[in-house]
Amino acid sequence: MDTDVLISYLPGYAEAFFLTVRIGLIGIAISFVLGIVSAFCIYFKIPVLRRVFNAYIEIFRNTPLLVQLFFIYFGLPKIGIAISAEVCGALGLGLLGGSYMAEGFRSGLDAVALSQTESALALGMTKSGLFFHVILPEAFTLSVPAIVANVIFLLKETSVFSAISLMDLMFTAKDLIGLYYNTTEALFLLVVFYIVMLLPVSIIGGIVEKKVRYKMFGN
Amino acid sequence: MEEILNIKNLTKAYDDIVVLEQVNLTVHKGEVVVIVGPSGCGKSTLLRCINAFEEIREGTVSLCGETINPCREKLNKVRERIGMVFQSYDLFPHKTVLQNMTLAPVKVKKANKKDAEQEALALLERIGLSTKKDSYPRQLSGGQKQRVAIVRALMMHPEVLLLDEITAALDPEMVREVLDVVINLAKEGRTMVIVTHELAFARAVADRMVFIDCGRIVEEGTPEEFFENPKTDRLRKFLDSFSY
Repeated sequence: MDTDVLISYLPGYAEAFFLTVRIGLIGIAISFVLGIVSAFCIYFKIPVLRRVFNAYIEIFRNTPLLVQLFFIYFGLPKIGIAISAEVCGALGLGLLGGSYMAEGFRSGLDAVALSQTESALALGMTKSGLFFHVILPEAFTLSVPAIVANVIFLLKETSVFSAISLMDLMFTAKDLIGLYYNTTEALFLLVVFYIVMLLPVSIIGGIVEKKVRYKMFGN
Repeated sequence: MEEILNIKNLTKAYDDIVVLEQVNLTVHKGEVVVIVGPSGCGKSTLLRCINAFEEIREGTVSLCGETINPCREKLNKVRERIGMVFQSYDLFPHKTVLQNMTLAPVKVKKANKKDAEQEALALLERIGLSTKKDSYPRQLSGGQKQRVAIVRALMMHPEVLLLDEITAALDPEMVREVLDVVINLAKEGRTMVIVTHELAFARAVADRMVFIDCGRIVEEGTPEEFFENPKTDRLRKFLDSFSY
């Protein structure tokens, strides 16, 4: 491996890294909002909305991100909605992530034992008190592992952004290989930058998980 | 004696299956009523009808003269006045012992947090668990959890306490510590309705015994006549099934 080549590639990768992280984080933020809203609508069996969100989850969980991005990027302009590749990437990631997050949060809500509800109601707690002080904190604790896994999964999914001309890490690597044929250096840096991006997420996720789960499970 | 709980002609059914039929029961202030009966006879359902966890088909349940099932006012207001402890403890796993005890008084009764904590500590002291105030439920034994669940219910100053097979999930050596707490409450004059399979305990704590079979009250009386001279065959058979 040629160190000079590696160094000369660094600025390009750094730029791609920040783009990937930026769109990734915006997409994940969207997925949290969508996931929480859908999980609540389904948990509380809100008429109509619950069906709408169920359909949304099934559609986006069962199609690849690449296909979703094509639909948004090439399909929306056909009906007169033109959005930039960046917005398209964040939106696509957010929609895909929302369906995964929804299932993560919902599984947490469903996993809270019914007897917890009864014992809180038996103490005279109102339905909202029961939800905010008992069910929600317990459900959150139970969903943390799924949510952390989803965040890591979504950051990795950003690697298909190159298909809609976003200059993310994957795009940069393919571009450099095409231009200079330094395959080893280009792929090596690609792996390094993905690990730099994801390892901290994994570690922080682990710490968060430990912290919130400790109370309830002790490990 | 002041009437606390009055159940009149209560009938409870799930569709076609009648689980309680024409049950009448009155509990006076300071009285401990123990309900026994075979599994599936409707004992637990009766307790759940009292604090309106179950809708009833006919009849009424009243607390201090007010009808509470079928209920016209807000259910949570009624349940504030009725304490209930379950077989599975059901402490809140994400809260410490102290937080478990103060949550409802602070959120529901808007009690001052400091006062609620003082009261909780005094109650923990009495059941010998003051060193566990900052422990989480997972760090307690089954018996300790159940004792905390009992005093958590007391924090709401209920007019009547319902205990639903509170020792059924415990190891034999932990049953005693829980039942001792209940016996002490009885001595203090707490009004309680208890469902249990511990006949020796029932005899020690009860002012009145009630035997339910197939959804009906078959026999009731003082512990002495209930255990020594059962009037019905069904009760005699039931009591016999406990001796070897």
